[in-house]
Amino acid sequence: MSISFIRKMGTVAVLAGLAALCTRMPAQGPFGTPNESSAFSIPEKQLVQPAELNRILADKNGDKPLVLQVGSRVLFEQAHIAGSEFAGPGSQQAGLDQLKKRVASTPKDKAIVLYCGCCPWNRCPNVVPAFKLLQSLGFSQIKVLYIANNFGSDWVEKGYPVARGH
Amino acid sequence: MRAATKARRWHSRCVWLVRVLLFAGLLPAIPVAPVCFAAPPGVRSIVDKHAPQINRVDLDGHRVDLKSLHGKVVLLNFWATWCAPCLIEMPAFSTWQRQYASQGLQVVGISMDDDAAPVRQLVARLNAKYPIAMGDAKLGEQYGGVMGLPLTYLIDRNGVVRMRFQGETDLKTIERQLQTLLNHR
Repeated sequence: MSISFIRKMGTVAVLAGLAALCTRMPAQGPFGTPNESSAFSIPEKQLVQPAELNRILADKNGDKPLVLQVGSRVLFEQAHIAGSEFAGPGSQQAGLDQLKKRVASTPKDKAIVLYCGCCPWNRCPNVVPAFKLLQSLGFSQIKVLYIANNFGSDWVEKGYPVARGH
Repeated sequence: MRAATKARRWHSRCVWLVRVLLFAGLLPAIPVAPVCFAAPPGVRSIVDKHAPQINRVDLDGHRVDLKSLHGKVVLLNFWATWCAPCLIEMPAFSTWQRQYASQGLQVVGISMDDDAAPVRQLVARLNAKYPIAMGDAKLGEQYGGVMGLPLTYLIDRNGVVRMRFQGETDLKTIERQLQTLLNHR
């Protein structure tokens, strides 16, 4: 057994260990620990990928979730997921009040999808407060749309349906 | 000869390491700043076209008229108070405004906040050294859709959009492109 082969095997073992570590933290940054305000703190099971949400919304027979944009109104007016509603920016108290008012009469088991897309996922200030508010209100079917970069590149440019205006 | 053998060995090691990283699925995990010099496919590109006109009053009550800035290089930055990466960039833009003003740079900030009140507060705190006006959906659409922040355009002395930087971008990259435009008279 050559030294080079042993070296290669050693490197493979180290990298496999790193890979295993990463897969154990799927909702977190690649090498960091998420803080409570980071979108990485949202559990992976509560995330929905853009392609999956698009499939759900396009399914004519399936139940549609209530899709709420919790980012800025200016961004919403330029483009938003067709059928979604503006519910106020989650980073501001006024936005959270608006969201609370919007879901006041919504059944607690209604499927709700929150999204923003203002900034890269780990920088979004809106989704975590909105998600926590709905959790505290007792909603049991909350999902957050995972937008890695921004709404433009992760939804609009994929060709998924958008609407403009209010 | 020995040097060439050494280089070949290193090259082979690098290729092998990349193969292992790909196999382990680690390469996609390495964070890469989303930078683009032209608009990505699907977005209406305004790069290499005349910059859409901006004629607004800034937060200090002064008029910002893009046409009147012909002859200067304009760094046009779309931002918002709640956008963390935007707030990292703004002090650098203030520095550049001072540093490159004599070479013909004009930085213009457009806030995509819903209300002006938090913008005024933050701009006062940051002591921004360039005009900042409020934006809206219409202006965003004219600029190809501002659907993610920060978004920065570099406009040349003839009023033509030359570069587009979407998302968190290495400031050195922007500065290098800016210097290229400033040196081109």
